[in-house]
Amino acid sequence: MGARIGVVIFPGTNCEHDSILAVERLGASADLVWHGDTSVAGYDALILPGGFAHGDYLRPGAIARFSPVMDAVGRFAADGGPVVGICNGFQVLCEAGLLPGALQKNRGLRFVCATVVIRVETGDSVLTAGVPVGTELRIPINHFEGNYTCDADTLAELQSEDRVVVRYVDNPNGSVDDIAGVCNRARNVVGLMPHPERASDPLLGSVDGRVLLSALLASAASPVGATPA
Amino acid sequence: MASSERFSVLVEVRLRDGIADPQGATIERALPALGLSGVSGVRAGKAFWFDISAADETDALAQATEVADRLLANPVIEESSVTVNPAGAGI
Repeated sequence: MGARIGVVIFPGTNCEHDSILAVERLGASADLVWHGDTSVAGYDALILPGGFAHGDYLRPGAIARFSPVMDAVGRFAADGGPVVGICNGFQVLCEAGLLPGALQKNRGLRFVCATVVIRVETGDSVLTAGVPVGTELRIPINHFEGNYTCDADTLAELQSEDRVVVRYVDNPNGSVDDIAGVCNRARNVVGLMPHPERASDPLLGSVDGRVLLSALLASAASPVGATPA
Repeated sequence: MASSERFSVLVEVRLRDGIADPQGATIERALPALGLSGVSGVRAGKAFWFDISAADETDALAQATEVADRLLANPVIEESSVTVNPAGAGI
């Protein structure tokens, strides 16, 4: 039986159906999880999709972080459950403190909507498990606040602990160290600005996102910390 | 029982030193078009005004600082300053 994925939505989320379709085509089932829900029981993995949660008021993700569902997401993550934040979902995870750093406005104050090439930098995360390091993927980005930043100590920690999950080959937004996505210390929470669900069908111009989503579904079937069979 | 007073609060949020501020830089670059060439160091930020009920000014400042630190500013990229005055005194 396929993995069961919870797709967490806030008022203003707009990539939830793309995310559901993409994982369903890979054999998973998926449901919407409303931001007011207080439980995520029964899901094998969670996706926080893109959009403009709460209108991006104050800062992207700043209000969403206080939604009741975020306590449940935090507990799910603490128990080792796979959690992936895409674009606005990445911003929410950073604001919630589940991932380090912050996403600031793009270099040059430019909204960027383009298909970019990202390189997988570690195979040790729920989004890249089994994907060879160095694999290059063509995946769209679509954001104004995707310029990843963190203090120097945090950056050194991310580098030394191999927690930069994907990097831009040609940095489109000014992110420090070309970072497109990072993971937490337990490697079960990943955030990235590129949209793998928008690269999941030939009609969309790329199917490279399937590589990442397939890895997530495999991770959902055998979460981090699970006893090997 | 402690009485409660009303206070006016101003929280100013700005990007930390070392964090690129393209908005401030863009504004600064626009100023010569106004004929103003002596302006430098422009930084863009946000300001928030609200009222708060507190036992005294120290308590009001503590509460307002918590609002600033936990919600209004993201300490990774921003810093904030808090000003508290008795309600009606202006801010």
